[in-house]
Amino acid sequence: MNNIPILHFSFFISPFSLFFNFHFPFFISHSHYFSFFIFNLIVLAKRIIPCLDIREGQTVKGINFLQLKQVGDPVELGAKYAAEGADELVYLDISATLEGRRTFADLVARIAQRINIPFTVGGGISSIDDAARLLDAGADKISINSAAVRDPGLIDQIARKYGRQFVVVAIDAKVIDGQWRVTTHGGHKLSDRELFTWAREACDRGAGEILFTSMDHDGTQNGYPCETYSRLAELPIPIIASGGAGTAQHIADVLTLGRADAALAASIFHYGTLPIPTLKSALRAQGIPVR
Amino acid sequence: MVAIIDYDTGNLRSVINAFNRLGAEIIVTADHQQILQATHVVLPGVGEASSAMEKLRTRGLDTLIPTLTQPTLGICIGLQLMCKSSAEGDAKCMGIFPTEVRFMSPAAEVGLKIPHVGWDNVNWTLPEPPIAKDIPEGAHFYYVHSYAAALCPDTIATTDYGAPFSAALQHRNFIGVQFHPEKSGPIGEQLLRNFLTLKP
Repeated sequence: MNNIPILHFSFFISPFSLFFNFHFPFFISHSHYFSFFIFNLIVLAKRIIPCLDIREGQTVKGINFLQLKQVGDPVELGAKYAAEGADELVYLDISATLEGRRTFADLVARIAQRINIPFTVGGGISSIDDAARLLDAGADKISINSAAVRDPGLIDQIARKYGRQFVVVAIDAKVIDGQWRVTTHGGHKLSDRELFTWAREACDRGAGEILFTSMDHDGTQNGYPCETYSRLAELPIPIIASGGAGTAQHIADVLTLGRADAALAASIFHYGTLPIPTLKSALRAQGIPVR
Repeated sequence: MVAIIDYDTGNLRSVINAFNRLGAEIIVTADHQQILQATHVVLPGVGEASSAMEKLRTRGLDTLIPTLTQPTLGICIGLQLMCKSSAEGDAKCMGIFPTEVRFMSPAAEVGLKIPHVGWDNVNWTLPEPPIAKDIPEGAHFYYVHSYAAALCPDTIATTDYGAPFSAALQHRNFIGVQFHPEKSGPIGEQLLRNFLTLKP
């Protein structure tokens, strides 16, 4: 299985390596050889992702996807979060107009110039050309939602052209008669898809990550549905939990009990109820690996 | 002048933006003369190794790059193309670093998710290489990849994901980093700043 350590061992004892070690000051020391095994215990950091909803170029936050409050300039707010230790940012365009959409593409270019951490953009992407425009503007990943439900082949197309790491499939769902049903158009339309089968299909088609929002929890600040996330975690791609965080414990729960790889939130960051450094120390105190 | 090599492998925007934020003078080019005259050269790259290698070949860059004498930084696929070979598309690469790029199967075998996406620890070898000046041991960098270079005598940093792999390599003036310093916040900026202070 682990052929890499074996190779490392062989370099360590071969006369060839002595030659290299002699000439190059940056050789791997004996103590470092053993430290590889110590660092085996350390895992990939869990990511904290502030989400900024953008309408007509301004950051807004909805409560249960309906009432909207303005919370600040998207580039400045993103830079502030990056400086505070956000691991990634998500910008979602919820503009209703064509003009608003155009503004968003310009905004993405400005974000890319300023922000030094990865960011995902989404909202209204319905073709490979939309995705290409945003990636060219400097986005690291694109997130597709309603369009993927309508045309699942879009996932395959974007993944094939840009690689699966560029494709985040966002899924909004709510419980109807005991079953998680996928919704589209910001929660306004109920589709005939079921959450787990849709998430599996999205993954098989080439989604690099799944961003799941429970419409029953979003904006409530009552916590995430951890059991549902834990089931999604069976998929071989990262799961981002979104919608419902009110406290650091909610986030700790979804990253442990819910086995999510990342937690996305908006209100708690926008309104300053839970600053990112406070959140990260709380997670660290519980032994959750964070940056 | 920093030459960012443009060989049509997709998005160079984030690398360009990162050097702009540092106030570096940059030129985005595939022109041999411009690359030779630059004080520093960056080989970025996203996408698939064998097709990226083919794009270097059609521009004659596969023979030019190994002859460069100024500090040259390969990022992600850029690092991989500087190795002997890549299992991705079974590509023969430039052979600057004496190692090969393999699929990260040890990670898959222990149930870790692939691609390896996110912030992971980078452990630098001692004595600290100049490219890692003022970067704390174990500091997190941002990764997005499914293939990685095996450890070799040129390895100057490792990350453990299922098994240790070369997070960074150095051979003379050539440095490769598997992570994305342009997306790694202030720590990434520090690494790029260190790169800019390297002398030919």
